[in-house]
Amino acid sequence: MTTTILQLLVAGVGTGSIYALIALGFNVVFKSTGAMNFAQGEWVVMGGMISALLFAATSNIGLACALAVVIVIMAGIASERLVIWPLRRPNTLLITLVSIGLAICTRSLVMLVLGKKPVGYPGFSQVSTLVLGGVAVQTQTLWIIGLTLAFLLAMHLFFERSMLGKALRAAAADRDAAAIVGVRVETTVMLSFAIAAFAGALAGAIITPLTLSSYDQGAMFGFKGFSAAMLGGVGSLPGAVVGGLALGLLEAFGSFYISSDFKDAIAFTVLLLILFARPSGLLGRADVIKV
Amino acid sequence: MVLARAKSDSLSSPPVEAVSRPQLRSPGRTAAILSDHRLLLIVWLTMLVVPFAAPNAYFVSLANMMLINLILIASLNLLMGYGGQISLGHAGFYGLGAYVSGVLGVKFGLGAWIGLPAAALLTGLAALLIGIPALRLRGLYLSMATLGWNAILVVMFNRLIDLTGGPNGLLGVRPFAFGRFALDTDARQFPLLWLVSLLVMLAILNLLRSGTGRALRAVATNELGADAVGIDSFRTKLLVFVLSAGMAGIAGSLYVHVNQFASPETFSVSNSILLVVMVAIGGSGLYWGPLFGALIFTAVPPLLLEYEDAELMLFGFAMLVVLIASPTGIAGLPAILRRWLASRRS
Amino acid sequence: MTAPLLRTEALNCYFDGLRAVADLSFEVRPGEIKAVIGPNGAGKSTLFNMIAGVTRPTSGQIFFDGVRIDAMPTFRRARLGIARTFQNLQIFREMTVLENVMTGRHMHGRAGVIGALLHGPSLRAENRAMADAALELLARFELDGKADVVAGDLGFGQMKVLELARALASEPRLLLLDEPAAGLPQAEAEHIGKIISALNRDGMTVLLVEHNMRMVMSLSHDILVLNNGMRIAEGDADSVRRHPDVLAAYLGEAEHA
Repeated sequence: MTTTILQLLVAGVGTGSIYALIALGFNVVFKSTGAMNFAQGEWVVMGGMISALLFAATSNIGLACALAVVIVIMAGIASERLVIWPLRRPNTLLITLVSIGLAICTRSLVMLVLGKKPVGYPGFSQVSTLVLGGVAVQTQTLWIIGLTLAFLLAMHLFFERSMLGKALRAAAADRDAAAIVGVRVETTVMLSFAIAAFAGALAGAIITPLTLSSYDQGAMFGFKGFSAAMLGGVGSLPGAVVGGLALGLLEAFGSFYISSDFKDAIAFTVLLLILFARPSGLLGRADVIKV
Repeated sequence: MVLARAKSDSLSSPPVEAVSRPQLRSPGRTAAILSDHRLLLIVWLTMLVVPFAAPNAYFVSLANMMLINLILIASLNLLMGYGGQISLGHAGFYGLGAYVSGVLGVKFGLGAWIGLPAAALLTGLAALLIGIPALRLRGLYLSMATLGWNAILVVMFNRLIDLTGGPNGLLGVRPFAFGRFALDTDARQFPLLWLVSLLVMLAILNLLRSGTGRALRAVATNELGADAVGIDSFRTKLLVFVLSAGMAGIAGSLYVHVNQFASPETFSVSNSILLVVMVAIGGSGLYWGPLFGALIFTAVPPLLLEYEDAELMLFGFAMLVVLIASPTGIAGLPAILRRWLASRRS
Repeated sequence: MTAPLLRTEALNCYFDGLRAVADLSFEVRPGEIKAVIGPNGAGKSTLFNMIAGVTRPTSGQIFFDGVRIDAMPTFRRARLGIARTFQNLQIFREMTVLENVMTGRHMHGRAGVIGALLHGPSLRAENRAMADAALELLARFELDGKADVVAGDLGFGQMKVLELARALASEPRLLLLDEPAAGLPQAEAEHIGKIISALNRDGMTVLLVEHNMRMVMSLSHDILVLNNGMRIAEGDADSVRRHPDVLAAYLGEAEHA
């Protein structure tokens, strides 16, 4: 009984870490533009599929994943320069819509260049399963949790300590203040796309050994990330983590104890109920407009 | 660049979901009230030639689908373009309408004429139940709620196999019929779809011209201002959300009895997003926008069928070009051109 | 003595423990122009927002024509007959000038949704009547030539007048004006001032918050002076001008500036 619960817990935290990464990317772009970024999930797919391609070429997983992440970050920056930056009168709805177009283009490019077949590669460790105190755990899940933690810590330090991170936060809170620090708003939007692509690509690179990667998964990843962000509280970094973990655990336990057929329905029902009860998310502050 | 969250506590920034649409209007708008009604009639009368002029039955079936898609996109435009609320569950309401109407016929033996109003009422009721908690808040809240709702519906369509037929789809749906005269060919279905789409377009136009329509646009442009003149913004948004969903339910019922079939993937969240895209490409917040959106939504996929792999790419690319060049979509192009010409002249 | 149109009783408002308005009781009598003045941070805006329904008081009560309104949402207060303008304009920029004013009459519309969808004769008649009333109002403010212009294309001064026209379209019993002259050159400020006093001559009760001293002194029947959220003086222009505390807290500062 407890073994099952522990196993579900580990699995839930593993999936939840992935959702947390995607939600973080979602939040960063939301903070700088106020828009929903539909392309977020596509970067996850790109991360996984490019890693697979590079692994086939180099047989070095670490190198393949690192290179793939860098490539996707470049793609994120290029995306912002190509489709967001040219907008003459950007507003949240327009940016959201443009990001849908971007998602469609990215997905079809990935399909045309990298193919339609699901791809994968082995886990980061030789041993695929460890037994810890009677609980069988996939080593890749541990990698996922560890790398996510490392990334979150790095992000935390970036936003709290580095000049650029502080400027980015300042710009999200108050564009005038950002201008005083000497940060152009356009630059912060580009930077937010880079970070979002980073988070997405990392999620893709570390989940692929467990699930394989194919061009059409982007939308699903995007929705889950968006849901996790809403659950935790849109725009909040700790919110992304809490929301991602909550969603991951919800899915793991829901599909085991109730029904795996209805996994998504259960997760979304609980999510909506939580949001109706706590509209601002688990950690977010109410989005009330003051005068 | 817009920073929507920036300084949300100052009076100067508009509500987050307020969508600024650069709208250009020719002078003499008071006179234009008549002409939109008249134009609507002219367009629909012209459409009457379709069954006679069409080269083949396939063309008529495309016209039929176009009219159904028009109802769907126009109702979403009402909510999104005029009300400033992004719904990511419009295909879900469409599907709910289709399954309600279809299942009532297949499992309970009720005719399509009962299914049609039942579909409208039930989808409206569902929207009411979602809207009451979801529309109390601003921002992405409605988007999240409708996305979740759509995802839940798709699971239900797939898994409640006894009722819906599951992933294989709902089979054996009977067409609309007058006694023994069944509307079972494309040419016979056309007049019904022609009429219902005309009524829906007329209803939307009338609503926009009424106090409720003004209130809706007021809420979308400036909620503080709307509050100050005594508009209950919550009720206004809720009303339009319910109406919009009800119209999607009507489209669903038409769809299921025209195609005599429904399957879950037609009503996916991805299709909900595609509908949002169609509203934007056609011209968000412009009355005639959905007509262009529906034409593209119906015509482009078959045209590009032979380039299956490139289709998606071209489509996404075209969308980006349209949105970057004309943020108000195709229907907004004339106004953009007019402004451009005016600026060249001066 | 007639009953006050607006009355507050022991009104308090705290933000994060900071007191913005303290224990304030005051009245607006029907037919008068009452001004609230005070140095920056005196609590004028907070007081205004509590009356308009944007900010909830921490404690205390507000009565409008005998009805307690302090917990009512803004739109309900508007329906009771409290109209307002905003310090930095909250007009419907994407709608035409005429539509803005017609929207101001929203609460007087009787046609329901069904009527709206069917566009029946009663709705058409109502629409026409609304448009006529709106045009009449615009003519009074010399904006009728701009009826079909998109509001966002107006000049700033015209937008201010439009917002005033929109507020009046609801036929309010109390007009709340939040710095009606802010950002306007003196000539346009005087134009607004003339409109306000003309409205008042026709019986409109006005409560205004304003920095433009010349406007306040020439328009107001009664002036409430706040400092640190508290009343330091109240009375007509002369008595307020001579009040030592006012001189110390406000007018002195203004004259030095």
